[in-house]
Amino acid sequence: MDTIMLEHGSGGRMMHSLIRDVFVKGFDSPHLRKYEDSAVLEIMDKKIVFTTDSYVVDPIFFPGGDIGMLSVAGTVNDIAVMGAIPNFISCGLILEEGFSREDLQKIVDSMKQAADKSSCTIVTGDTKVVERGKVDKIFINTSAIGTMINGVSLSKESIKPGDKILINGFMGDHGIAVLSKREGMEFGTSIKSDVQPLDMLIKELLSNGLTIRFMRDPTRGGIATTLNEICDGMGFGIELFEEMIPVRDEVRGYCELLGLDPLYVANEGKVIAVVGREDSDKALEIMKRHPDGEAAAFIGEITEENAGTVSLRTTIGSHRIVDMLSGAQLPRIC
Amino acid sequence: MKYIDEFRDRRVCENLATEISKIGHGRDISLMEVCGTHTMSIYRYGIKKFLLPNIRLLSGPGCPVCVTPNGEIDKAIAFARKSEVIITTFGDMLKVPGSTSTLAVEKSRGSDVRIVYSAVDCLKIAEENPDKTVIFLGIGFETTAPTVAATIKDAKDRMLKNYFVLCYHKLIPPVIKAVLESGEVLVDGFILPGHVSVITGTEVYEFIARDYRKACVVTGFEPVDILQAIFMLVKQVKTNSPVVENQYTRSVKKEGNLRAKCLMDTVFEPVDCEWRGLGSIPMSGLKIRDEYSVLDANTIEVDIEPLRENPECICGEVLRGVKTPLDCSLFRIECLPENPKGPCMISSEGTCAAYYKYGK
Repeated sequence: MDTIMLEHGSGGRMMHSLIRDVFVKGFDSPHLRKYEDSAVLEIMDKKIVFTTDSYVVDPIFFPGGDIGMLSVAGTVNDIAVMGAIPNFISCGLILEEGFSREDLQKIVDSMKQAADKSSCTIVTGDTKVVERGKVDKIFINTSAIGTMINGVSLSKESIKPGDKILINGFMGDHGIAVLSKREGMEFGTSIKSDVQPLDMLIKELLSNGLTIRFMRDPTRGGIATTLNEICDGMGFGIELFEEMIPVRDEVRGYCELLGLDPLYVANEGKVIAVVGREDSDKALEIMKRHPDGEAAAFIGEITEENAGTVSLRTTIGSHRIVDMLSGAQLPRIC
Repeated sequence: MKYIDEFRDRRVCENLATEISKIGHGRDISLMEVCGTHTMSIYRYGIKKFLLPNIRLLSGPGCPVCVTPNGEIDKAIAFARKSEVIITTFGDMLKVPGSTSTLAVEKSRGSDVRIVYSAVDCLKIAEENPDKTVIFLGIGFETTAPTVAATIKDAKDRMLKNYFVLCYHKLIPPVIKAVLESGEVLVDGFILPGHVSVITGTEVYEFIARDYRKACVVTGFEPVDILQAIFMLVKQVKTNSPVVENQYTRSVKKEGNLRAKCLMDTVFEPVDCEWRGLGSIPMSGLKIRDEYSVLDANTIEVDIEPLRENPECICGEVLRGVKTPLDCSLFRIECLPENPKGPCMISSEGTCAAYYKYGK
């Protein structure tokens, strides 16, 4: 009997093969064959971006946020990184019998707060309640649509050797914050999840006429997995500079202790932008000026060599390959 | 980050590399890193790029998951298939293939298999599930054995009736002896494991230098540690003066951790033990002593499926240092981290996983 395993939902290699072999094959639509997080649709000459995401994070409340905040920010960010303004979002709830009304209210308030911070309005929803034990407290699905910003066209194909890779702040905060409150793992920490909608920052970045080639939000599987997705099968490679990647000391410390690599730990308020070399300083400045990008940094560049591969120049000056996440580093992180 | 960055300093690494080059040229020198965590560090930091081509690093048998033979995995799987059993284990064991299945597959089919970060958590699980049999897979060398011993002692003191340990613990000094005795690989010196030595101390390795005339350095896991150890080893080899040196003085004492050793000795006794790829090695495993046999999962009857080995998997030879993953016909083709054919691909300390992850 072939069964679904936790790794199939990890964002790594096994999930990619499941998507390819079951969903893309089964549904067989040209939009799915692009393997993007969001679909770009043309409706009456307008380019609409559409996406959906489900949230099963455990625990539902964690330092810096909760499942409600996550369910809006995560979906908004999937739209925003496509170069679109998120307009409308739905809210589908699956609740466990016996779930606290007070906790539900807190989660709803967080969803509203996240939507208010973004350009998105929650416009429709659905509620199901199942018997105790059939779901773990609360699962949320959100779907959103957005409109492509005029004149913006981001694509992997436009990426060129020499382009710079920027990120808007510290790596790994979300993963470690969630883990710090996981049952059986509880450790004291001041690390907060970075969960936040990024559409305002991204809009700012895209409305200055800079050469922005491509953007992605490095969530599950961390920047390692996202960067591998960007260069996989393409005619360029990516070189990262370990000493320039912003990771908080506390996050590094916990990663050392737990045997995790910060490059693979999840983020929920981060965007990786591939920017034309000539505009990279300006882009970095815009990010740093924005409250959601104060710790922004230049972390690597696009290379002609090692096509399809992400490599890291280590702090001691050697090189190593940074592969896509294989297996589940941490289940139920979002 | 303090106490980490100092040991990952580029200039110090380059200086050490220069010093190694000054004394290391000439004939081939083969050094075996016994411990899987060293293998991973060597690849993660690209240590080989700092070395002259005549200085070779060989991976040894020090990955506890990798050396667990199929039969032992099968027994754990057999227990997992029983509805009254909760298997608790370190995460690395989940995907290790037994004869026909893995614990991860059994978990997805409904078995109760739980990942723990410490054996101590298992006692809590046992207390919370009094109607279940909680079995912890005791995997690992001298590093993990003391905490498992502590849980066994604690469970007995508390008269916990549903906690058991399936004891697969193994010992490092006997396996080094076995590698030397087999004569299959030419080794000039050993990068000795840091974590194991925190418990054992350094005296347990004296026989390697004295009886086999091989260089020995107990080593930490950061790039500066490893390069410094290589320098110390090459110097011993070049001056033909093998001794046991301790590079990892910030953690390892000559006598080791006496309390942990005493605890291990109270609960476990050494027995002959089967290692994947290496066969049976005298006095290289730990068995739960008779006084604690009520907690020994090996006393519980269970039907185990017939043993099957994948004839193409060469993990055994990789573990002995005779072959590298590149010699394997399955490596990177059929054997991948998400679909491992042998344990060296799945363990976070496995040689095949290191080659796969960092060695494209």
